Amino acid sequence: MSALLDTFADGAIVARRNLIKIKRVPDLLVFTTLSPIMFVLLFGYIFGGSIEIPGGNYREFLIAGIFAQTVIFGATITGAGLADDIQKGIIDRFRSLPMSQSAVLLGRTASDVVNNVIVIVVMSVTGLAIGWRIRTSVPEAIAGFLLLLLFAYAVSWIMAYLGLLVPSPEVLNNASFLVTFPLTFVANTFARPETFPGPVRTFANWNPVSAVVQAARELFGNTSPANPPPDVWSLQNPVAYTLIWVVAILAVFVPLAIRQYQRAASR
Amino acid sequence: MADMIRARGLVKRYGEVTALDGLDLSVPEGTILGLLGPNGAGKTTAVRIFTTLLEPDDGVAEVAGVDVRRDPRGVRRRIGLSGQYAAVDEYLTGYENLDMVGRLHRLGRRGAPKRARELLERFALTDAGDRPVKTYSGGMRRRLDLAAALVAEPTVLFLDEPTTGLDPRGRTGMWDVIRELVDGGATLLLTTQYLEEADRLADDIVVIDHGRIIAQGTADQLKAQVGGERVELVLEQAEDVELARSVLAGSAVGAVVVDEHSRRLTAPVSGGAPVLMAALARLQDEGVKVLDFGMRRPTLDDVFLTLTGQTTRTTTEADQAREQEPAR
Ligand SMILES: Nc1ncnc2c1ncn2[C@@H]1O[C@H](COP(=O)(O)OP(=O)(O)O)[C@@H](O)[C@H]1O
Ligand SMILES: [Mg+2]
Repeated sequence: MSALLDTFADGAIVARRNLIKIKRVPDLLVFTTLSPIMFVLLFGYIFGGSIEIPGGNYREFLIAGIFAQTVIFGATITGAGLADDIQKGIIDRFRSLPMSQSAVLLGRTASDVVNNVIVIVVMSVTGLAIGWRIRTSVPEAIAGFLLLLLFAYAVSWIMAYLGLLVPSPEVLNNASFLVTFPLTFVANTFARPETFPGPVRTFANWNPVSAVVQAARELFGNTSPANPPPDVWSLQNPVAYTLIWVVAILAVFVPLAIRQYQRAASR
Repeated sequence: MADMIRARGLVKRYGEVTALDGLDLSVPEGTILGLLGPNGAGKTTAVRIFTTLLEPDDGVAEVAGVDVRRDPRGVRRRIGLSGQYAAVDEYLTGYENLDMVGRLHRLGRRGAPKRARELLERFALTDAGDRPVKTYSGGMRRRLDLAAALVAEPTVLFLDEPTTGLDPRGRTGMWDVIRELVDGGATLLLTTQYLEEADRLADDIVVIDHGRIIAQGTADQLKAQVGGERVELVLEQAEDVELARSVLAGSAVGAVVVDEHSRRLTAPVSGGAPVLMAALARLQDEGVKVLDFGMRRPTLDDVFLTLTGQTTRTTTEADQAREQEPAR
């Protein structure tokens, strides 16, 4: 019990350190929020015109997709941050201290949730400005935001593992792009998978990102009876399907990342 | 005296490369061991094993009697590490860096800030303490990194090339700090590529190359391995060279080396100062004008050259010029 408390105490110290960085280098936050705003405008006003959503308003359809994409991209900060810390020898310093072995990763992933919360707030404001509305209750909306953050949190553990594995933050950024790009685009984020060719459609339907987006749309009340989700279990039960993925990702990547942390070598 | 740092048969391989090839070390309490070797000799690998950052493939490493593999956390509680590159967070201030380390050492909400301020003061960083480390010079970063290693007042310290990259002033400043630490009772393992540094700081020196010990002992013992003392003189006039050579040959125990260009003569001698003075008196009798005259003992550079057939990096260009010229 006291070991667990120590772990959280150490994690909080590390998280605080990461948050100081956000404060000192605000450009980071500016760029992580500017690009989703650009995406909102780009899809909302340019591509959106050519994407047909039955019974719907494309911008309303779009926002949950952008939220999901952005928080997933946000999770890559975890990996880049760790790769950078390895490169600068900071992980060596932490590893030579008598602190908890998982605290650095807990602190890192926790501070990246804070980062994502800030980003979501900025994007919600942008969304509201272009006509997005929450049409359900406050608890449901909160549940929607929490689900997005929770999924991103799980992804940030994947990124933590990758960040400890690769030789530099640059490699992490390129490698993570290869993962996040298809996952967030071959999904229902920006278009309806019904319009995708066969195998791609199947992938999109079972892509956990689609489930997160579908769940968020439902919880925000951004769905329309004219555009029902495809008849697959994952999208009929998007919250459950998302939670299954969250648990599975954490069960695999938390131990993997912690093990990799203990082996991490500065380069 | 108990050994505070001990290694027996440490082996570490990276694929084809054998970074450590059966290293044995012991460092008695309160002493400084200089681990000396060229780039790639395995110094950092050894430090990483002692500081629990790396598991050896074979062998035993103990710090303060604690086995690094069996109780890494116990080791971490007792050590301070300042790695080859300053591991400080650029975005935090110097104070925040030290405060964070203090908190992670569980010095507490009061203890950690207090200790951070003390260390900033001791390392002459008080004025810069509240500035992000980004704005620090290389020397300031190194000092902060060393301060971070000292936060928990460790009994055993590992410093991996603490002065590499520092200017001569920064280097002597760092030497003073290191010597103070050991006066305070700490045990220290210091790696260096600088012979002069090992000579100045270390009680014992272990020279390694390719992960193996090639020589060890005190600086004096190592120098004795290479040969004894030499007398060296520089003449005012080139026409005196032959005369001076014959005079010196009378006191020398080996060949007199002459560098015509710089009018410098070097001769191996034994017997110390009396021999030197006698030679000087004879030169004076012969009317040879001597510009510079002195005893020269072999440097660790000579040791290294003899042992490995390669020179190490010397501290500055000027040192290099000074140490290599007389040998020609
Ligand atoms: N992570 C690593 N992977 C592969 N080879 C390594 C690694 N770390 C060190 N080496 C190799 O091990 C040898 C010893 O390295 P090191 O301990 O860093 O030497 P030193 O600190 O004396 O310069 C070198 O040949 C180096 O290239
Ligand atoms: Mg090294």
